[in-house]
Amino acid sequence: MTDRIVLDNVSKFYGEVLGVNRVSLSIPPGITTLVGPNGSGKTTLMNLLTGLVQPSSGSISVLGLSPSNSTGFFREVGYCTQFDSFPRGLTGRQFVLDGLMLHGMSAAEANRLTAEALARVDLGEAAGKRIEGYSKGMRQKIRLAQSIAHHPRVLILDEPLNGLDPMARAESLALFEELGRQGMHVLISSHILDEVDRISDRVVLITGGYLVAEGDIHAVRTEVRDQPMQVLVRCDRPGLLASRMFALDHCVEARLQPDGKGVLLRTGEMAAFYALLNQVAAEGLVRIEAVAPADDDANALYQYLIGSEGSAS
Amino acid sequence: MPRQNGPTLRERRVHPPWGLWWIQGRRLVRIEVRRNLFSWKAGWIYVLAFTPTLILAIHAGMDARSARDIEGDTEVLARIVQLFYLRLAIFFGCLGIFSRLIRGEMIERSLHFFLLSPVRREVLLLAKFVAGSISALLLFESAIVADFALLYLPFGGMAWTYILNGPGLGQLAAYLGVAALACLGYGSVFLLLSMIFRNPTPAAMVFLLWETINPVLPSLLQKLSIASYLRHLMPVAIAPEGFFALLTVETEPTAAWTATLGLLLLILAVLVYACFRMRTLEIRYTTE
Repeated sequence: MTDRIVLDNVSKFYGEVLGVNRVSLSIPPGITTLVGPNGSGKTTLMNLLTGLVQPSSGSISVLGLSPSNSTGFFREVGYCTQFDSFPRGLTGRQFVLDGLMLHGMSAAEANRLTAEALARVDLGEAAGKRIEGYSKGMRQKIRLAQSIAHHPRVLILDEPLNGLDPMARAESLALFEELGRQGMHVLISSHILDEVDRISDRVVLITGGYLVAEGDIHAVRTEVRDQPMQVLVRCDRPGLLASRMFALDHCVEARLQPDGKGVLLRTGEMAAFYALLNQVAAEGLVRIEAVAPADDDANALYQYLIGSEGSAS
Repeated sequence: MPRQNGPTLRERRVHPPWGLWWIQGRRLVRIEVRRNLFSWKAGWIYVLAFTPTLILAIHAGMDARSARDIEGDTEVLARIVQLFYLRLAIFFGCLGIFSRLIRGEMIERSLHFFLLSPVRREVLLLAKFVAGSISALLLFESAIVADFALLYLPFGGMAWTYILNGPGLGQLAAYLGVAALACLGYGSVFLLLSMIFRNPTPAAMVFLLWETINPVLPSLLQKLSIASYLRHLMPVAIAPEGFFALLTVETEPTAAWTATLGLLLLILAVLVYACFRMRTLEIRYTTE
């Protein structure tokens, strides 16, 4: 049995409108962020993965299972959609419980898993109230609870941080991180790139229905050669460091930090850059405190590969 | 340790998980019946089903028994069942109940929760059909039983003789059977129409026209109608009146079992096609 999510040359057209075109992906376990502007095809891709829409061409398998085999498929997959609507008249607890009962498990087991899921999203006493009275954040939480309640091995989350306050966002991210560490597939689309980026193992960039890049964030950043990489160096003599680094042809920009204790350098050749930095440090002319890449995150990749028109969502 | 990937396709074909489907189906039916019957939106269907009951209750309280006769009231009941329930109440009630099952959930944007559960889509569709049928049967059959009781019970001992020793009980059983077949027949058609059309009401109106003019159509076309099968099962015949009486094509009398079997086969064919459409149903709420 494969442990991957595989899309093989998948296209989806809504009449003459392109949803996604010839997308091929093979996603290993861990946390994967789906990044792209509004209408780029992220939700279509997630709906294709879960069988809510059918591909016009190509094939999809999740852990070797096809979405058309719903009985086996949805035991392994949980999908927290972006659709902010619920069956009428249900409390949060009933909503999660009804979903679990359809798995065919006993009422006792379904009740136990319901309580566990509600505790994980920290919904508290609100679980006993009708969903119609929930805030947007609570509705987001109850959807998340329903999607994780049956302990899926693949969790697909469409904008899961929407509507959550900062505390709830942090808790949700911690939960996703924990699930990723446990070996689950967690596929997230989010426009809060800074937060999601911290926990992501890899990124899938999509725009206009086309796959732009995918893979480990740092590796993808390295591949973007037309954009010099930015490195922030914290040191005691940033001016001196900048002048030494400009000896390199490919060091194209140096920007001193306002506090005078660091410099942001842009370079097109990372290997030579780090070699010279090590040499400067070894000479003892500059005391280097910290070195950190400044633009190998999902946000920067989004800006470089997709452009700045509109925000990622 | 590698995790089991569940039964293979071949194993599933050889040993379909009937037990699981049965449990899932029962639970889906419970959820759907709860939503069909205990919702304010279903209020108008209660009104539709029990309006004759209310009128008969008023008559039972106010009319003198001497002014009525059992034969006359038997024809009144036949007209209520055939002209009100079958042509109007069950038709529109089933339109409301069955078109809500799939299309209603698309409009409310909640169908995806069912499609994301580990339930075969065919099981989901059939469970929803059963739930709709139970809801419709509970409403309309109880209304017909109440109408029957309100018409005959004021006659006292004479009524009991008519019911137990005469044709009364058989007529009630026939009405209940016909109403059940009507609920299943119209229900299956409206379930399918709601999967084909975003707004099934115009299609339902065309279907109503078809059902209405069906008696004047050639006998072969009459077979493509729910009403034509039900007509053969009526315990009390009502002669066509007015203009329609001139155009009505009298088909050969059909045995009850033939009409029932024919209608059940029609329902089965509609449900099979609905299951096929369910397999390829897509969630596109933005186009609703």
